[in-house]
Amino acid sequence: MSSATHQKQNPAFYALLVLLVFMAIGPVLLMLANSFKLDVDIISGATGLIFLPTIQNYETALCDIIWYEPDHLDFCALKFGGSFINSIIIALFSTALTLVIGCMAAYALVRFRFMGRDTVSISTLLVRMAPPAVLLVPVFGLWNNEFCIDKNTMVGEWIRDTFGGRGDVCLAGTHSGIIIIYVAMNLPFVIWILQSFIVQVPRPLEEAARVDGAGPFQVFFLVVLPLIKPGLAAAAIFTFRVAWNEYLLASALSDRDTKTVPILIVNNMSEFNVEWGVIMATGMLLAVPPIIFTLLASRQIITGMTAGAVKG
Amino acid sequence: MKTAAINRLAPYVFIAPAAVTMLIALVYPLGYMIYGSFRSWDPSQKLGETEFIGLGNYIQLANDPAFLESLGVTLKFALVVVSIEMLLGVGLALLLDRSIRGMSVLRTLFILPMMIAPVVVGLMWRYMYHPTVGTFNRSLKAVGLDGVDWLGEYALMSVIIADIWQWTPFIFILSLAALQSLPQSALEASRIDGASPWQQIIHIKLPLMMPVLIVTCLLRLIDAFKVLEVILVMTEGGPGLSTEIMALRISRTATEFRELGVAAAMSNYLLMMLMLLTVGMFAFTRWQELRAARQRKMIEEEA
Repeated sequence: MSSATHQKQNPAFYALLVLLVFMAIGPVLLMLANSFKLDVDIISGATGLIFLPTIQNYETALCDIIWYEPDHLDFCALKFGGSFINSIIIALFSTALTLVIGCMAAYALVRFRFMGRDTVSISTLLVRMAPPAVLLVPVFGLWNNEFCIDKNTMVGEWIRDTFGGRGDVCLAGTHSGIIIIYVAMNLPFVIWILQSFIVQVPRPLEEAARVDGAGPFQVFFLVVLPLIKPGLAAAAIFTFRVAWNEYLLASALSDRDTKTVPILIVNNMSEFNVEWGVIMATGMLLAVPPIIFTLLASRQIITGMTAGAVKG
Repeated sequence: MKTAAINRLAPYVFIAPAAVTMLIALVYPLGYMIYGSFRSWDPSQKLGETEFIGLGNYIQLANDPAFLESLGVTLKFALVVVSIEMLLGVGLALLLDRSIRGMSVLRTLFILPMMIAPVVVGLMWRYMYHPTVGTFNRSLKAVGLDGVDWLGEYALMSVIIADIWQWTPFIFILSLAALQSLPQSALEASRIDGASPWQQIIHIKLPLMMPVLIVTCLLRLIDAFKVLEVILVMTEGGPGLSTEIMALRISRTATEFRELGVAAAMSNYLLMMLMLLTVGMFAFTRWQELRAARQRKMIEEEA
C-alpha cells in the first residue's frame, strides 16, 4: 500500500498513540536516565531531567572486569562483571544447542513419517504449561543428589583433581546444569516454530539435491538450513531471551561462581539499603541485549509470536 | 547398500538429541517429582532413602492456610490480569487496525516491555512505586495530593498494574495479526449492507477472531500462573502473604523450608489446575471453531 492511501486520522487518535508509546517505553527511559545519575540526584529528585550524566554506576557494576580502576571506588564489592560473563556463556551455549537440536528434530518431524506430529504439539503446550517453579523441585533434587559423579570413581577423582572441589561432582553449580535445563525448556517451542518454516521449503528442491547424489544430512545442511534462516532467527531470539532473563532455576542451580545477572539483581534488591543507581545500571546491562534484538528483528519476533496462536 | 542404511537411520539421528534432552531434563524430572510428592523428602537425602507417606503432603497442604491463601492470590491475580489485558489488548487492536504510517515502528515499541527481563521489570516498578523516591508519589505530591503506599496496602493491585503494562502488548499484537488476516470480503459486504463500524466489530470481527482470541487468552492465562520474578523483586510476596503467588510459595517451600515433598505436591496441584484449564479451553475452542466456520460460510454465501 502506498503512503498516498493512508487515511487521514483524527488528532485525538494521534494523541492516544503518543500516550501509548509513552506508557510503553516510559519506564524503560526512566531507568536509562537513572542509571546515569548519582544516588544523591535520584533521591533528591530535585534535578528532574536536568542532571550531569555519569558512568560511575556502570563502573561500580562492572568493576571486576574493566581494565582500569575507577577513581570513586576503593575496592570492588559488587562483582557483577563475573555474573555478566556467566549470563553470556549460559545464554549463548543454550541458544546454540537448542537451535541445532531443535531444527534437526523439526526436520525429522516434518519430512520423515515415523512419528505423529501431534506428539510435538501436545508436548509444546505441556511444557508451556509447566511453570519453571514446577521444574524447580525435581531439578533441584536431581541436580544436587542424583546426577552426580561419585568422588571415589576414577572420573570423579580426575575431575576433582583437575577442577578442584571436595566432594562428589554434581550437575548443580555448573554451567552445564543450567544450560541443559534451558535447552529442554526451549526445545518444544523451537521445534514448533521451525516446523512451520520447514514445511514451506519446496520439496522438489530437496528431491533435486537427492537426485544429484546428496545424502539426507547434506540435504539438511546445504539445502534446508539456508532456506529457513528467518525461522532460525526468530527461534534464536526467543531462546536467548528465556535463557538471558530466567531467574528461578538459575538461582536454585547455580553456586557462587556460576550465578547470572538476574540473581545478583534480586540479591541486591533485598538488601536493606538499595543503591538505586548501581541497580539501575545493572538492570540496563541486562535489558540492553533483548532491546537490541527487538529493535533489529521485531518482524521476526512478531512472526514467531503469532506462529503459535494465529496460525496454530 | 550403504546409502540405504544411512537413509533408514537418518530420522533417528535427527530426532535422537531432542528426545534424549527432553527425557533427561523434562520427562524424568516430572516423573521424579510425582514420585517425590508421596514421600517425606528432605533435599539432603536421596529420594530412594526417604519415607513413603502416601497422600500426606497433599492432605497437609489442603489444611494449610498459607497455601490456601497463596492459591487464592494466584487465582485472583491471574483472572484479574488476564481479563483486563484481554479487554485492553483487543480494544487497542480494534482501534489501531488502520493503515497508518509507521505502524511497524509502533509495534516494535509496543513489544519492548515483554522482551525485557522480568527481574528488570520488577526493579523498574519497584522504583516507580517507592514511597518517597518513586515516580508516582512524587508526581502525586507535585500536584498536591497525598502519596499512596503502593507496595503496602495496595500491593496486589500494584503488582497487577505492572503485569498489565508488560503483557497487554502480547494480546494487542496477536489480536492485530488476527484482525489483519480476516477475510476482507466479509467486511466489504457488511459495509455495503450499511453496517456501522460498531456493528461490524460486534457481529463480524469479534466472532471471526474468536478462535485466535481463545488461544491467546489460554497462552496468557498459562503465563499468568508462571509470573514470579516481577512479584519477587517488587514485594517478595509481602506484605504478609498478600502477594505470595503459588510459584513463589513453591520456591520458598523448596529452597527456604527445604520441604521438597510438600513443594512437589504443591507443584502437582498447580499442574493439575493448569491442565484442567487447558482442557476446558480446548474443548471450548473446538466448539467455537465449528461455530465460526459455520458463520464464515454463511457470511461468504451472503456475499
